[in-house]
Amino acid sequence: MNPESASMARMSYREACRQAIRDALHADPRSFVMGEDVGKYGGCYAVTKGLLEEFGAQRIIDVPLAENGFTGIGVGAAVAGLRPIVEIMTCNFSLLALDQIMNNAATLSHMSGGQFAVPLVIRMATGAGRQLAAQHSHSLEGWYAHIPGLKVLAPATVEDARYMLAAALADPNPVLIFEHIVLYNTEEDLDAAVHAVDIAHAKVRRAGRDLSLITYGNSLPKCLRAADRLASDGLDAEVIDLRVLRPLDMTTVMESVARTHRAVIVDEGWKSGSLSAEIAARLAEDALYELDAPVRRICSREVPVPYAMHLEEATLPSVDAIVAAARDLVKPR
Amino acid sequence: MPDFTMPALGADMETGTVVEWRVKPGETVRSGDVIAVVETHKGAIDVECFLEGVIDDLVPLGTELPVGAVLARIHSASEARRPPPAPSGAIRPKISPAARRAALERDLRLSDLHGSGPDGAITLADVQRRDHNATPTMASPTAQPASRQGFDTTPMRQAIAAAMGRSKREIPHYYLSSTIDFGPAQAWLESWNRTHEPIDRLLPAVLLLKATAMALVEVPQLNGFYENAAFRPSPAINPGWAVALRGGGLMAPAIHDANHRSLPELMVALRDLVQRARTGGLRGSELTDPTITVTSLGDRGAESVLGVIYPPQVAIVGFGRMVLRPWVVGDQVVPRSIVTATLAADHRVSDGHVGGQLLAAINAALQSPQAL
Repeated sequence: MNPESASMARMSYREACRQAIRDALHADPRSFVMGEDVGKYGGCYAVTKGLLEEFGAQRIIDVPLAENGFTGIGVGAAVAGLRPIVEIMTCNFSLLALDQIMNNAATLSHMSGGQFAVPLVIRMATGAGRQLAAQHSHSLEGWYAHIPGLKVLAPATVEDARYMLAAALADPNPVLIFEHIVLYNTEEDLDAAVHAVDIAHAKVRRAGRDLSLITYGNSLPKCLRAADRLASDGLDAEVIDLRVLRPLDMTTVMESVARTHRAVIVDEGWKSGSLSAEIAARLAEDALYELDAPVRRICSREVPVPYAMHLEEATLPSVDAIVAAARDLVKPR
Repeated sequence: MPDFTMPALGADMETGTVVEWRVKPGETVRSGDVIAVVETHKGAIDVECFLEGVIDDLVPLGTELPVGAVLARIHSASEARRPPPAPSGAIRPKISPAARRAALERDLRLSDLHGSGPDGAITLADVQRRDHNATPTMASPTAQPASRQGFDTTPMRQAIAAAMGRSKREIPHYYLSSTIDFGPAQAWLESWNRTHEPIDRLLPAVLLLKATAMALVEVPQLNGFYENAAFRPSPAINPGWAVALRGGGLMAPAIHDANHRSLPELMVALRDLVQRARTGGLRGSELTDPTITVTSLGDRGAESVLGVIYPPQVAIVGFGRMVLRPWVVGDQVVPRSIVTATLAADHRVSDGHVGGQLLAAINAALQSPQAL
């Protein structure tokens, strides 16, 4: 543990990501960072700022705009025994690397009969809310959560941003970490007693008894705000942060729904064929007789995310929509 | 196939809620059967069906529906023998999976549950509420449903306001009054009651009711309905007997064919009607069939009453409290029981001359009580 970061109680999500990388680079000489503009520029979202100066060009490597190429290098390096941390600027660009991620990273262990592990970590920015328009704003983590052989993480709190990376690097499987672009500037107090988190469980971020808001990523703070507003109406909402999108921790979700009997899933992805659809389907399969109301989903409008601020806002899940859906389930008009 | 629709249980009813089905889909119903209990502003009313056949497609309980809405379909016997059609129009009651399981565990019938959830679905809370309310007697098939406990007087007040407001806006009332010597009737009543067991004894009200019914045989112009700008006389004489409810509010359900019933029969009918008006269990026809209203203020009332007609009826007869007054019999002043009979009638339908004939006929009938 780096004594400098331990002394800092309040931290931004961005700083938490940076400190997590610093920890990893200090802890394991096999680890290195590779990505577009991660070195001299300090990272598109300034996560790797200052790391080139601290760790040198051998471990903070700027690469050309060739996602499939440098992700493939990361796969090879991981198979060869290194611990690469690959940064892809936004998940929209990760589609160029989909061949390496899906056909190599996710399958090599299987294809080799377990002879190769692929301890690769790929970080990428996801989500909308900063007016970056239709080619930089999408939430594609649900697509990756479809692929067996990957682990998919979505840190929604500063603590998870701070400690998920270490757990991901310790995992022998390729792990994708989706950092939400709106969360980078959020600040939280870090619990000095916590030095690690698991990457296996969802977490109840707010306990409640009337309904379960099931969410992840930047929709978590929206759900917490919605829960506060519902509380003033006398509705007690439980908020579940999925944290790990693959494999899904349905045990925590089912336990919650078994208590509240109502579920609203909030997912910034598009609704059709989404992670929210998967959770709704599993509730229907495994928790039907716990449900006291239909499952509701609040997702992004099914359009490319618009540039104009008011249109972008109208596209994304809103606190108002979450509150309205929850009220309708518990106290229909 | 004919539809069984939400009846208009009075001119002031706009909507009703089916709170109980007395039949199951596929059962055969006959004209006059009570097949449903409908909650209205007048409380829970037993609704009869005047069709014959096999009933099907019952609407779910707890659905508030406008007058005229289809509550069920009634297939003629020949239709019913055919294979059932595809369930296109059938409405399946909505119940959440959790509520369904909870109802099963508690051995509750879904038809006893009222849905308060999204889309009117029965939720876990509805099951738990029902379970909480349930008492051991509720399980017996003869027990009264919970909805029978008392009336919500607020909607009844609103209904009375609507009906009486309409009456005073639309009906040009005229009023007549006549003081009647109740002495002969009183004497006859006393001698009757002396020779009968308490259960068979008669109240003055029953004489007033029968006298009014017999008077209407002579003066049929006041027995019927004003509809579509015309008077439609009723062949049957079904006086609606005004019953004050203990929690507030008022109803005037019909005593059917009062002119054809004996005094002891009327006494039984009256007692039963008042009881059911106060506790629930009135039949739909008792609310729709009154052809005139009779109101008797009883021992604690005022000396006379000038009533407001209940549309579409065209008259209301009122009897005040019996009072002992000096009365001239022959050439002597003697104490006699006196009752003031009044009539409020619709001037569009009748004139004071006709109204006067009715009061005179009531008076005459009460002077010969043995003929009643």
